[in-house]
Amino acid sequence: MTDATLPTPSGPLTTADGRPLKAALAASLAVRRRRALMLVAPLFLFILISFIVPIGQMLFKSIYNDGFSKNAPALVQWFDEHPKGSEIDESAYAALRSDLILMREQKTAGEAGTRINYDISGTRSLFTGAARKAEKLEPPYKEAFIALDKDWGNPNVWRALRSAANPFTIDFYLAANDMTRDETGAITAVPKDQQVYKKLMGRTLMLSIEITALCLLLGFPIAHLLATLPMRKAMLLMIFVLLPFWTSLLVRTTSWMVLLQSQGVLNDVFVWLGVIGEDGRIQMIYNEMGTIIAMTHILLPFTILPLYSVMKTIPPSYVRAARSLGATSWTAFRRVYLPQTLPGVGAGGLLVFILAMGYYITPALVGGADGQMISNMIAFHMQKSLNWSLAAALAAQLLVVVLIFFWIYDKLVGIDKMKLG
Amino acid sequence: MALPVYASPLEKLWHYAYLVLCALIFVFLIAPIIIIIPLSFNAEPYFTFTDKMLTFDPEGYSLRWYDKLITFGMAEPDAPRNMAFWLDFWHNATWMQVAKNSVIIGVCATVLSAGLGTVAALGLTRPEMPFRKQITAVLISPMIVPIIISATGMFFFYSGKWVPNVGPDGFEWGRLAGTYAGIILAHAALGIPFVIITVTATLSGFDQSLVRAAASLGANPRTAFFRVVMPLIMPGVISGGLFAFVTSFDEVVAVLFIADHTQQTIPRQMWNGIREQISPAILAVATLLVLLSISMLTVLELLRRRSERLRGMTPS
Repeated sequence: MTDATLPTPSGPLTTADGRPLKAALAASLAVRRRRALMLVAPLFLFILISFIVPIGQMLFKSIYNDGFSKNAPALVQWFDEHPKGSEIDESAYAALRSDLILMREQKTAGEAGTRINYDISGTRSLFTGAARKAEKLEPPYKEAFIALDKDWGNPNVWRALRSAANPFTIDFYLAANDMTRDETGAITAVPKDQQVYKKLMGRTLMLSIEITALCLLLGFPIAHLLATLPMRKAMLLMIFVLLPFWTSLLVRTTSWMVLLQSQGVLNDVFVWLGVIGEDGRIQMIYNEMGTIIAMTHILLPFTILPLYSVMKTIPPSYVRAARSLGATSWTAFRRVYLPQTLPGVGAGGLLVFILAMGYYITPALVGGADGQMISNMIAFHMQKSLNWSLAAALAAQLLVVVLIFFWIYDKLVGIDKMKLG
Repeated sequence: MALPVYASPLEKLWHYAYLVLCALIFVFLIAPIIIIIPLSFNAEPYFTFTDKMLTFDPEGYSLRWYDKLITFGMAEPDAPRNMAFWLDFWHNATWMQVAKNSVIIGVCATVLSAGLGTVAALGLTRPEMPFRKQITAVLISPMIVPIIISATGMFFFYSGKWVPNVGPDGFEWGRLAGTYAGIILAHAALGIPFVIITVTATLSGFDQSLVRAAASLGANPRTAFFRVVMPLIMPGVISGGLFAFVTSFDEVVAVLFIADHTQQTIPRQMWNGIREQISPAILAVATLLVLLSISMLTVLELLRRRSERLRGMTPS
């Protein structure tokens, strides 16, 4: 059918029932859009409610901790009425006493003390101890409290109480960055020998970079070999990449523990070969080296697969053409082949880096003391020290780093181009 | 990749060096997985090859660690191996219990994530889908967010008392932590990105004119979906489901945070075994899991071939 056979329209186009065509099309598009959204809605809501919102709630704990403020209403009121710098007088100690009696009734002295303990260690027992005796104290309360424990007269403790009276705080982010507040409330770095978190974050980044570099270094030749071999052979060798990919993470971690132990297979082989003596067995596990070896092995397939799918699309004739024009094999590789593999290098490298940053299980099992990563510290504060707000602050910082790299990944590769297997 | 005839001696040397390097990397990839298989038959409680094993002396090998695997946690591990023994094994053996848990949780989580994920992928690949990129980013976030962060978030969420529950004392608000439903939901969320990625990849190669052809032949949308679309995207759905199953089957951190002692899974029990005192019995479990992943890999390869055949490509 050609345009010539169509009747020439006069006025705006309409549908058979007389509606303007534009509006009818828009309405039908809206219906189809709604249908598409309806298909996605159940899953989207499921992820939103059971995944995104819980993580949001968890991260909220990093700036909000009401462990003290909700259990000490009288003191919160006193701090509201008396601005910073006012003298801690008898009325403050009276408020403290009434709060401690309340805590004793509701068994919350430990909770409130724990909150103050994050700022000044050793103060938890100050609360639990005083709560037991608060009822029997006689006025004047100031002297009575100081007689009970001279720490109650310590201005630092009162400064911590004032800051904890407001449930919103950035102190946990300060702690997560090895910072604290001094006597005047100004932000300062903690002493060098007590700095933990910045070092750990640096080590996590460093380990992730090392592991990513190793994965690219080892993955590149393998992907190249698989992409250039005849299909049948390549598929056979592909099993060597896919089998580790599909094998349980714990199995692979266990194997490395077995292989790398000082009484393990690898050391035995070294001794047998005479590389090292019986007493010179190398400690390859429960340290940084164990983490690097095991994680490189576990993440290697994640580099090989994207590299392979990019290299498959590079026609071999390009390199041949470069050679025929006089390039040496090195020049042809460097100037013609390598630039075409960069999308794969970017995709594989970024994916491995993102996954490595958040690794928990392998460092926990084979990392020993110096192969731990930031995830392990988050788990420690969640399960052992129970400082959930600090865990949340560390988690938020880790999440920001990971999301930045995910954003770069999206810009470079596109999340809809992500492929598996 | 054959060496061209014009290659110089130096290039030949480099070529062979490259092949040796590749061989070494393949050894690095596969050796750790293969080496545990013979070690799991070790007659001694060591993690290395004994002299007897190296000389292939039958005495150096035994099934004792597999035996330990079976009897661990049983009421009467020394009873004769009759019907009662195996019933005891089925009901009491620790590894049997955790295997049952792993399968129940894995299957339920997979059905949930594959079902919801496939429907969502159908919507996501429609050309008129609004906010596709943002929604995809949210849906695959469980794969990107570090597992420790997901697990802690889920821990607080599932510990909250907001599930209506009719208990023995009448109505009360319950929590999902420490229930099968809690772990299943958590694992379903973690498996969804894999389903989304594989099914959207399959759908993006799907020829929409097939649906129109079905419609022109008189099929209503439902018939067209179930008789034309479904069979064609099935391989994608199954491989996405396999990914989701493996994710759940291999997951330990969420289980550590959410489950109580009745919902321990295989990886959770391995985690215990490795952390407390590692014995070669762990290697026996590992060997069985390696065999499982080999069979999974075979299924996946068969699916890939079928999918290519269905689309009219010659399987490679």
